[in-house]
Amino acid sequence: MLQSSNIFAANLGDMADQSSRQQNVETAAKLGLSEAEYDMICGYLEREPNFTELSIYSVMWSEHCSYKNSIKYLKTLPRSGGRLLVEAGEENAGLVDLGDGLACAFKIESHNHPSAVEPYQGAATGVGGIHRDIFTMGARPIAALNSLRFGPLSSKHMQGLVRGVVSGIGDYGNCLGVPTVGGEVYFHPCYRQNILVNAMSVGIVKHGETASACADGPGNPVFIVGSATGRDGIHGATFASGDLTENSADDLPAVQVGDPFQEKLLLEATLEAIQTGALVGVQDMGAAGITCSTSEMSAKSKTGMDIRLDLVPTRQANMKAFEILLSESQERMLMVVQKGREQELLKIFDKWDLNCAEIGVVTDTGRLRFYEGKDLVADVDADSLVLGGGAPVYDREYERPSYMDEIAAFSLADIPQPDDFKQAAWNLISSGTIASKQWIYEQYDHTVRTNNTGTTLPMTASVIRVKGTDLDLAMSTDCNSSYVYADPYKGAMIAVCEAARNIVCSGGKPLAITNCLNFGNPHDKGVYYQFKEAIRGMGDACRALNTPVTGGNVSFYNQTTIDGKTEPIQPTPTIGMLGVIEDRSHRTTLHFKDHGDIIVMLGEAHADLGSSEYLMKHHEIYHSPCPHFELEEELDLQQIVSSLIESNLVKSIQDISEGGLFTALLESAMTSSLGFDINCDTDIRKDAFLFGESQSRVIVSTSPGDLDRLKAQLGDHPYTFLGSVNQGELHIDGEPFGHIDTWKQHYQTSLEQVLEA
Amino acid sequence: MKFGVVVFPGSNCDDDMIHVLSEVMGCKAEKIWHKESSLDGYELGDCIIVPGGFSYGDYLRAGAIAKMSPVMSAVTAFAKKGGHVFGICNGFQVLCEAGLLPGALLRNEKQKFISKNSYLKTISTNSALTSHCSTDRALQMPIAHAEGRYYCDAGTLAELKANDQILFKYASPDGELDVSYNWNGSVEAIAGICNKGRNVFGMMPHPERASESILGCEDGKALFDSLVSHLASLAPVS
Repeated sequence: MLQSSNIFAANLGDMADQSSRQQNVETAAKLGLSEAEYDMICGYLEREPNFTELSIYSVMWSEHCSYKNSIKYLKTLPRSGGRLLVEAGEENAGLVDLGDGLACAFKIESHNHPSAVEPYQGAATGVGGIHRDIFTMGARPIAALNSLRFGPLSSKHMQGLVRGVVSGIGDYGNCLGVPTVGGEVYFHPCYRQNILVNAMSVGIVKHGETASACADGPGNPVFIVGSATGRDGIHGATFASGDLTENSADDLPAVQVGDPFQEKLLLEATLEAIQTGALVGVQDMGAAGITCSTSEMSAKSKTGMDIRLDLVPTRQANMKAFEILLSESQERMLMVVQKGREQELLKIFDKWDLNCAEIGVVTDTGRLRFYEGKDLVADVDADSLVLGGGAPVYDREYERPSYMDEIAAFSLADIPQPDDFKQAAWNLISSGTIASKQWIYEQYDHTVRTNNTGTTLPMTASVIRVKGTDLDLAMSTDCNSSYVYADPYKGAMIAVCEAARNIVCSGGKPLAITNCLNFGNPHDKGVYYQFKEAIRGMGDACRALNTPVTGGNVSFYNQTTIDGKTEPIQPTPTIGMLGVIEDRSHRTTLHFKDHGDIIVMLGEAHADLGSSEYLMKHHEIYHSPCPHFELEEELDLQQIVSSLIESNLVKSIQDISEGGLFTALLESAMTSSLGFDINCDTDIRKDAFLFGESQSRVIVSTSPGDLDRLKAQLGDHPYTFLGSVNQGELHIDGEPFGHIDTWKQHYQTSLEQVLEA
Repeated sequence: MKFGVVVFPGSNCDDDMIHVLSEVMGCKAEKIWHKESSLDGYELGDCIIVPGGFSYGDYLRAGAIAKMSPVMSAVTAFAKKGGHVFGICNGFQVLCEAGLLPGALLRNEKQKFISKNSYLKTISTNSALTSHCSTDRALQMPIAHAEGRYYCDAGTLAELKANDQILFKYASPDGELDVSYNWNGSVEAIAGICNKGRNVFGMMPHPERASESILGCEDGKALFDSLVSHLASLAPVS
């Protein structure tokens, strides 16, 4: 075993590569640091940094690790209260109390840039990374969700990206044995060059068995465990913190390569190691690799570390110090062990045939000192590297973007109604955003761990039982970026509220959210306006619903520069919401049950086609207002939905979202191959009634015998009788729309027809 | 009577199997680590389960490395003695690779992972795994695999039929044999078989994922009911 006192005897002074300031500033710029930031580094070091140190600062001060352009606004979000056990930013993921001595750790994170360049590995390592964030806390991941954005499927390139991302997510999650239980997929031209891959993990841990990302106790040994360190993913965090360009493929070494089998072993070994009680702290290695883990753990405990880089197991010979420090090789963890209990750790990792190497020691110096043998190669202050410590914080300039004038000028009166409603509906259903995602989710194992109900009992949220309790978790990922583009404040509120609505409609109660904030370049004033307003909307909605933000991830620079023209994505603040169903008899499925049941729409329809999929698909209009939404109406709707469920008055509930009322009815009808016969509200233009996306509406079905009780309970809440469930034919205002099986076939195969062509 | 559930590095249905055997069936069930080279303490009235997952990552070929693990020699010896062995999904692949069951599992016809509910027609109720099943009604249970296309040569197929070794075929929800429900392209839609001695069983669908009403389907429980009552009949009278 390594004797730390002898090994770390070297003195600083071997810092050979002290080059001129001018050269250093140029190198800093190449690594994504400004001259002002370079000066800050010199201030912290009280000298010029060497290349290795500069590399360390560049990754730690990248947006990805430091949140330097976002933290000011993130702090305005509600980050405590409710059932939060760990507040946002304290640990790798948020922790929510479930009762019964259990807690739930959950988080969503982006892997956008890697997936745009190498879709399979980019998506796979995104999944691997987020699961590590969860099991590094001692929680076993029991469910995965995701949120994907692609450009139009008409291009072969985009079809290839979809295939790559889907098989990357599937292969990684399937092998790891964590079911993918839900998600969302949108197709929109703004993602043509910059697709989005956001992955969410949800894990369960007993109270008192959680692990912390700290490095307490000077003298305690530091271990690196899991895969060997290779040259993959070097400067990945910096890569993720710049715009994609036509030369981005040259950054391929910045993309990591995943090995889900190693992750499975690491998962089991890590949970066993935490169970021993011998661990002081543990943190996974994600962005910025060893650099990030050593600095964040040390800064959290106000300690330091001396690390011997030559003792890190490497995949290639002769790796340079900065390569080892910055490598984002996957499936690794940094562990601090109580001195004297090293053997307990070694035994577990030997059992799982994994590397477990002692590489250093916790110190009381507050400094990170990295050595190669006896040579000191970097010596930096841990606290100066991290968010909340010495990392820079910026407030960027913002300005209402000019495209909003075009949106304000939209006039519904100028939009003609379709000549053939049946044909318009048929076309709408085949839209990638609306059509069934069966081709995608059938590549994800959603039944492993035997908790998921969605495979056989579909609900508006993903619902999984928690073994050993009477609880179910209900989860949803949501964000319609077209709404956020049209009105960042309202659009972000809708994203939060739709997630909550999905959970409430399943019979659950929303508890907390995690967010993945995908935006363009924060130096663009219009983009920063979108960001600031979206955060304001998210905060207001979360406060109203009492669902605090447990953490998440910011992904800026989602825009593409080609031939000098910059195109940001639509702002996409994805919400991952966690809820709980405390009484399983309240679980409510979304499909119609019986012929003759009455269909009622709760909430109010409006003459509104704003930002609807129909307007984009049928009229090719991409600039129109956010659909109707009022927070009070939403809260009112969710409250009445919960009360109807508790009174056992509804047999199915489906919320009305993309594709409007018609799509919601179709989705409710398909599972049991039942039809419906409905009449439209004649006060509202028919295209808006059928395809409009006004918020805060759901459709329920109920037995005719329960109708009077239902009416009594609804009282003054707005509702509309739509019609009834029938044996399979669709009728709208008396017009035959064909048989449900024909629609089902069309809905289920539209995506497959494009992707299997 | 007890169940031993083999755990390879990469097994991920071991916990599910333990859950169903102990919590749903009320049986004794324990894990067996892949480095074990003997099954001392397992008798004829006991059963070894080889669960699903990705043993050793399945990076070479599903089950190809697992068959060489120490525990598989012990499992083979147990089976040769007449002990009951049941492999599901990756477990089925391992048992075929190990030669305990005839045939092989190839990559799905469409070359993609398939995860969905399948429907099984019970072909033979003459086995310890299927005695509580009915040939009249389809059983619903999930499949989740990339290499589940059962293949064997014509001679082996004839032998399987002659010895009544085909236990399940993929079918429609109504239990009709319909090629469009043979999701992975298996020979004659074969989903599960047993060996000639009728003590080793393998199937791709997951009965343990369809054994609780709370998950919306209990069809898989018929298999465990069959197995448990058969094993109980073998247990020495105490």
